Amino acid sequence: MIADNPWIDAIARTLLVVLLVIGVALILIWLERKVAGRIQMRLGPMVVGPYGLLQSVADAIKLLTKEDLRPAVADRWVFELAPFVAFVPSLLTLISLPFTAHLFVRNLELGLFYIVAVSGLSIVGLLMAGWGSANKYALLGAVRAAAQLISYEIPLVLAIVAVAMVAGTLNLVQIVEGQGRVPYIAWQPLGFCIFIIATLAELYRNPFDIPTAESEIVGGPFIEYSGIRWSMFFFAEYINVFMLSVLGSLVFLGGWNWPLGNEVGWPLQIVLIFAKTSAMLLMFMWFRVSLPRLRIDQLMSFCWQVLLPFSFLGIIINGLVLVYDWPDVLLGVFSGVAALIAGWAVYRGSRRAAPGQPWSLVSARGID
Amino acid sequence: MTIERELDTIDVNFNVGPQHPATHGVFRMVLTVDGELVVDLEPVIGYLHRGAEKLSENCDYRQAIGFQDRTEYLAQFNAELCYVIAVEKLMGLEVPERAEYIRVILTELNRIASHLMFMGAFSADLGVFGTLFMYAFRERERMQDLFEEISGDRMMYSYFRVGGLAWDVPQDFVERTRWVVKQARQGIADIDGLLTRNEVTMARTRGIGVMPADQAIDWGFSGPMLRATGVRHDLRRAEPYSIYDRLEFDIPVGTQGDVYDRYTVRLEEMRQSARIVEQCLDQMPKDGPVVAPGLKRVLRPPAGEVYMRTENPRGEYGIYLVSKGTDKPYRLKIRSPSFCHLAALRDMVVGHYVADAVIILGSVDIVLCEVDR
Repeated sequence: MIADNPWIDAIARTLLVVLLVIGVALILIWLERKVAGRIQMRLGPMVVGPYGLLQSVADAIKLLTKEDLRPAVADRWVFELAPFVAFVPSLLTLISLPFTAHLFVRNLELGLFYIVAVSGLSIVGLLMAGWGSANKYALLGAVRAAAQLISYEIPLVLAIVAVAMVAGTLNLVQIVEGQGRVPYIAWQPLGFCIFIIATLAELYRNPFDIPTAESEIVGGPFIEYSGIRWSMFFFAEYINVFMLSVLGSLVFLGGWNWPLGNEVGWPLQIVLIFAKTSAMLLMFMWFRVSLPRLRIDQLMSFCWQVLLPFSFLGIIINGLVLVYDWPDVLLGVFSGVAALIAGWAVYRGSRRAAPGQPWSLVSARGID
Repeated sequence: MTIERELDTIDVNFNVGPQHPATHGVFRMVLTVDGELVVDLEPVIGYLHRGAEKLSENCDYRQAIGFQDRTEYLAQFNAELCYVIAVEKLMGLEVPERAEYIRVILTELNRIASHLMFMGAFSADLGVFGTLFMYAFRERERMQDLFEEISGDRMMYSYFRVGGLAWDVPQDFVERTRWVVKQARQGIADIDGLLTRNEVTMARTRGIGVMPADQAIDWGFSGPMLRATGVRHDLRRAEPYSIYDRLEFDIPVGTQGDVYDRYTVRLEEMRQSARIVEQCLDQMPKDGPVVAPGLKRVLRPPAGEVYMRTENPRGEYGIYLVSKGTDKPYRLKIRSPSFCHLAALRDMVVGHYVADAVIILGSVDIVLCEVDR
C-alpha cells in the first residue's frame, strides 16, 4: 500500500504505472530504431541528444504540433474516436499487470483473463479507423486486422490457459510465485512457442504485419491519420509490445522470481523483470527486421491448422499429466516433443508449398 | 483464367499507384478485387514518357549515348553498350581489345548492381523491414563509387563511346575491381543466407505468378523472366557480341517460372557475372588504346539500318537504328524488355491475392523509364 486511503492509493499506483509505461514506450521506440539500425549496418538516430536518445521526444513534439487532418469524406465521429478506442484498452491492461511482487495497480484474481480480454478490445479501434477513413487501403487493412487478431487471440489464450492449468491460478502474482524453482517455459515449451507466435500476430509485427503491410496497403488502417491521432495508434502499439513482453516474462520466464527466489528485495526484482522483458523485446525486434511477411490466407491457415491443434494438444498433455499425477518432468518432455513436431510440420509444409501438393501453407487459396 | 464464385459479391476497384511503395517508379495498376482476390488487373503506363527515341533522333550519334543512360537507369552501361555496338556495326568499326574488356567488366558489374537493386526492392515487397535492402545497397554503393571514379557520375555515366571509351580507366582499376567483386560475392552470400531458404519466403513466392515456358515465349519474355521458366536462352551465348565468346559462364535456369525461380535465377546470375568480371580482369591487356584510331569528330555512318540486341539485366534490350548518312540517327527504336513483361502482368496476377500482385510486380523487376521511354 502506498497510502492508507484506497482511492489515493489506486490513483498513485495508476499514475506510477502510466508514467512508467509512457517512459518505456518512448525508450522502446528509440531502442527499436537503434536495434534495427545496428542489424542493418546503420547507426540509427544519432543527432538529437547523446546517441539520439531524445529522438523519441523530438518525434513526440513534432507529432503533437502537426495538423490533425481528416479526409472530407471520412465518417467524422468514427474516424476521430478510433484512436481512443484503440488506445484505452492497451492502457487498461496495465491495471492488473504486476511488475514486481508489490508494484502493480490492482492484483486481480482473474488478472490473466482480464488482460487477454481487455487487450482484445483494441481491434474495435482498428476496425473503426479502417471504416471511418473512407479509404480502401484502410478498409482492407482493418478487415485483415480483424481476421488476424481474432484468430490469433485463440491460440494465445489457449497457450496461457495451459500455463494456468499447471499453476492452478489466474492471479499473475501467484503464477510468478509458483515459478521459484523452475520457470514454466521448462514445463511448457510448446506453449511458449505458440505464445510467441501468437504475440507477434497480436502485435502485427513481422512476419505478421499484414494489417499494416507497408508495401501493399501502406500502413493499412492508419493511412489517413496524422499528428496526435496517428501517434496514439503508434503509442498503443508500443504499449502492447511492452505489455505482452512483460506478460510473457511473467507467465513463462518466471518474472521477478526465478532464479533468485521470491524473497529478494524490490530493486533486484525490478532488475530481473527488466532483463527478461528486454530479452523478449529484443527478440521481437530481431524478428521484425529479419523476416518477410506472410500472406493473409497463409496466416489464417497457419493459425487454424497448426497453432490451434497444437495448443489443444498442449492442454491435453497438461490434463493427462495433472489428472494422473505423473511427475512434472513429463510435462516438459511431452510438450517439448510436441513443439519439435510442430516445428517439423512447418518446416516440411513450407518446403512443399508448390501447387498441387496436398498439405501446404498455401493450400487454402480457394482457386486452382 | 476464369474464377467461379459461390457468393454474389461486388468487385471493388483497388488502385495501386502511380504513387505507391510497390510500384518501383510511376506505374499504376488498377486491381479489381473480390475481397483480397484479384479478379482483374489493368496496367497503366506512360507516366514517364519523355520521348527518348525522338530526342535521340535530334542529337548526333555521340550525344544520343546519354539518352541510353536515362532510358535504363539501373543498368546504364548495358544500355550504352547496346547503342554503341549498334552504331559500330553500322560504321563497321573495330574496337580496341582493351576497350572491349573494360566495357564487359563494367557491363557485368552493372548487371550485379542492377540485380542487387532488385534484391533490395523485392525483399521490401516481401515485407523484410529494410535489412536486405541495406545489405544489397552496401554492395551496390561500392560499385557506384567505382563507376563514379571511372566516369565522373554516379548515375548517368555516358562513358562508352562509339569506337571505344571516353577515356582510359584509373591506374588502380584492376585492384579496385577485384576488391569490389570480392566484397560483392560476400554480399550475395549474405542475401542468399537471409532470404533464399527462409520458410516465409518460400511459402510466399513458390507457385506464385507462374508463367509457363511456351506462353512466356509468346509474350516475348527475355532475360531472367524467360530463364526462370526453364528456357536456356541468353543472348551472350546465343549471339555472342563483344568478347563474350571468350568467356566462361553458366546460364542459370528455373523450373517452375514462378516468383521464387525469378529470384533464384537472378541470384545465381550475379555470381556468374562476378565470375565473368574476374576472368576479364585476368585476360585484360595491360596497355593499349581505348578508342578506335582515326575517328572523325562528327560521326556520319553510311546509310543503312541495324538491329542490335544485348542481354541486359532485365532481358533483351534492342536498338533499331536507321541511318541516312547524316550526323543524326534517322530513326532510333528501343526494344525494352520490361515493356513485354508488363504486358503479361495481368495473366500472371489474376487469381492471386493483393499481396501476391505486389510481389509478382516486384519479381518482374521493371524500370519504368525503359517501359515508357
